[in-house]
Amino acid sequence: MSHWLLTEKHEKLRNDVRQFVREDIVPYVEEWEKEGEFPRELFCRLGEAGFFGLKFPREYGGNGVDYVAETIFLEELAKCGSGGISFSITAHSELALLYVSEYGNEEQKQRFLVPGIRGDKVGCLGVSEANAGSDVAAMEAMATSDNNYYVLNGSKLFITNGAKADFACVAVKTQRNAGRHGISLIVVEKGTPGFSVSRKLDKVGLRVSDTTELIFTDCRVPKENLLGRENEGFYYIMRNFTWERIAIAAFSLGAAELVLEDTLEYVNQAQRNGRLPSASETVRCKLADMATAIEVARAITYYALMLFSQGISVSKEASMAKLLATEICCQVSDEALQLCGNDGYMSECPIQRYWRDNRFYPIGGGTSEVMKDIIARCLGIGKKRWER
Amino acid sequence: MAPEMQNNLAFFDEAHKAFRHLVRRFRKQEIEPHIEEWEANKSFPSYIFSQMGQLGLLGTRYPEEYGGLGSDYFMSVVLMEELAYCSDGSLPLAVAVQTEMVIPLLLQLGTEEQRKSFLVPLIKGEKIGCLGVFERGNEQDLASVQTTATCDGKDWIIRGEKPFSINGALADFVMLWAAISGKSETDGFALFLVEKGTPGFVANRLDQAGMLASNTAQLVFEDCRIPADNLLADGRQALEVVTRVLHESRLILAVIATSAAEYIFEQALTHATQRVQFGHPIADFQVIAHYLAEMAARIEATKQLNYVAAWKLARGENALKETSMAKLAAGRVVNEVADKALQIHGGYGLMKEYPVQRVWRDYRLYRVIVGSSDEALQASIARELGLVE
Repeated sequence: MSHWLLTEKHEKLRNDVRQFVREDIVPYVEEWEKEGEFPRELFCRLGEAGFFGLKFPREYGGNGVDYVAETIFLEELAKCGSGGISFSITAHSELALLYVSEYGNEEQKQRFLVPGIRGDKVGCLGVSEANAGSDVAAMEAMATSDNNYYVLNGSKLFITNGAKADFACVAVKTQRNAGRHGISLIVVEKGTPGFSVSRKLDKVGLRVSDTTELIFTDCRVPKENLLGRENEGFYYIMRNFTWERIAIAAFSLGAAELVLEDTLEYVNQAQRNGRLPSASETVRCKLADMATAIEVARAITYYALMLFSQGISVSKEASMAKLLATEICCQVSDEALQLCGNDGYMSECPIQRYWRDNRFYPIGGGTSEVMKDIIARCLGIGKKRWER
Repeated sequence: MAPEMQNNLAFFDEAHKAFRHLVRRFRKQEIEPHIEEWEANKSFPSYIFSQMGQLGLLGTRYPEEYGGLGSDYFMSVVLMEELAYCSDGSLPLAVAVQTEMVIPLLLQLGTEEQRKSFLVPLIKGEKIGCLGVFERGNEQDLASVQTTATCDGKDWIIRGEKPFSINGALADFVMLWAAISGKSETDGFALFLVEKGTPGFVANRLDQAGMLASNTAQLVFEDCRIPADNLLADGRQALEVVTRVLHESRLILAVIATSAAEYIFEQALTHATQRVQFGHPIADFQVIAHYLAEMAARIEATKQLNYVAAWKLARGENALKETSMAKLAAGRVVNEVADKALQIHGGYGLMKEYPVQRVWRDYRLYRVIVGSSDEALQASIARELGLVE
């Protein structure tokens, strides 16, 4: 469905990404899913195609800032059918690169953003800890100052790309007992002594993305690796959350669309073979509901996107988009599994993988419940539990 | 989240804003103070239509030569958003029948003379029209109509009945859809205009759970004789136009439902911040806060879907899928929001002096309204998705 927000340029980009996904990812998904990883070369291919530069300035190898274009990329990437592959790619492009671009100095941009846009270097973001999820200020990882170095101790949990990343943007406390006022972002390169990555964590879905624990033991990092200003990291993280939420909404939208497309095909095929009464009211109504829910999600996501790309503060709308798009993606995936029946449950059918993969989206990047807390705060209600 | 807060720079210009304020003032002065009285009387006074006509509210996007404002589709969206931002469901629906169903049908199918004698007074608000199109069983297929029109060489004789006609008890005339006796099932139907007072035509007022002031009636035609000139159009062309107009009107119903949802959400939000229990406003409790957060999110999302569909309609594109989706989503949202609003109000919500119960009752109709029920919408959407039948 065409939309008032999209220009011809965007429609062309959509076709380009779609073609890339169809040729360079889709044929290998089953194989990579079995192996539990995908070749790192895919990052280079995406870089060559220019897809990492859609929201970055030309001077760093980007295509000029266009968040609408980035959204199209995310939607179409999610349609590769492997949440793990697309999630890993976006942990690099939407998290790591965005932090360097937004808060890094010129030298840091040359070191990380430029090769990152080319796909030669892969990044990850380390914020979450065992006891600090949405409550970022509760983190415990600490960086103490030692002349020209920071000395890092602590660990970061559930870090996508942890194992394959060449650099990690890590949030740590640079001031004790200062809560949100004592957090800084520091880039730690792979191979830095005292920085290690745990085993890959085994999980229900997104199995191709490597999710790890980052461990820092007296890890010495030069102070020139500080992103932005000391003790302002919390606000940087909060600011990036807005885009992150719109990005996850867009990503969920693409994932949900793929589920719908596959289900329509399954149902129509079954109907042609006389195996399933797709003419039955129930099946038709369910599919109509799924399609409607997806367009509802798209409407709010594009609205938040439109405001965001005009520089308007959209904490509320981004949270609404994240809440609805991720929940709808899960509901649609569950309905799809129901419609495809026992066929859909079998490992050879991608529907079960969508169902497993997509379950993460209402959890990652701020849970649905946190989204509701934020919306409530924007409405001027609810207790301010999250302030520390 | 009142309507003026929306930030859709792309759709609304200064003229839309000025019009919004005009309609809002009208709603506050001429509608809101009378809602309970109209409900008790089972009708709004018909002069409310002429008042609206004088202000130009009934001809938003229709040609100036017939008294319209000649504006765009978004002007109609603004009109309905503002009219429906209150606890009365009856008047917005009555206006929608006039401006989104009867007027476009006359404009597209009427002769120049019919436009002069009916369209102009409709836009002025001097006449009120109603629809006699749907019957039990033809909701998704207008071709299978039971009401018949027989030609006796000079006049048409109408026989049959139409249930659930909004405005029916008040209307000056009805746009009637009937099968032509003796003609084929594939093109033997036509749209007629039947005036009030024609012998053999009776409108029986119906009692219902909500929409008490909507003048909904059952229209009965017993050997009702009308002149040959009162046939507006027949055959496939008539079928196509009537179907398209009714499909497009789904979007205005979605706009009305969304605005009513916004209104009742604001009522619930206000109540939750004022009602104190256990020493705190109940809005401080996370359960209530989350209800309200989800209500707000769903309202904003359906509103944005309405605009997506409106944008397509305004460009003259086929938007059957989008308008049906918008109506399906909005009908559910207003019902869920009204139900949660009732819950947040607790016992107060069920009291007649509180607006929430009226929205809760009135808008239940939207999910079952003939021609645009959830099931009819799902059927349209499934077809548009390309599901093999």
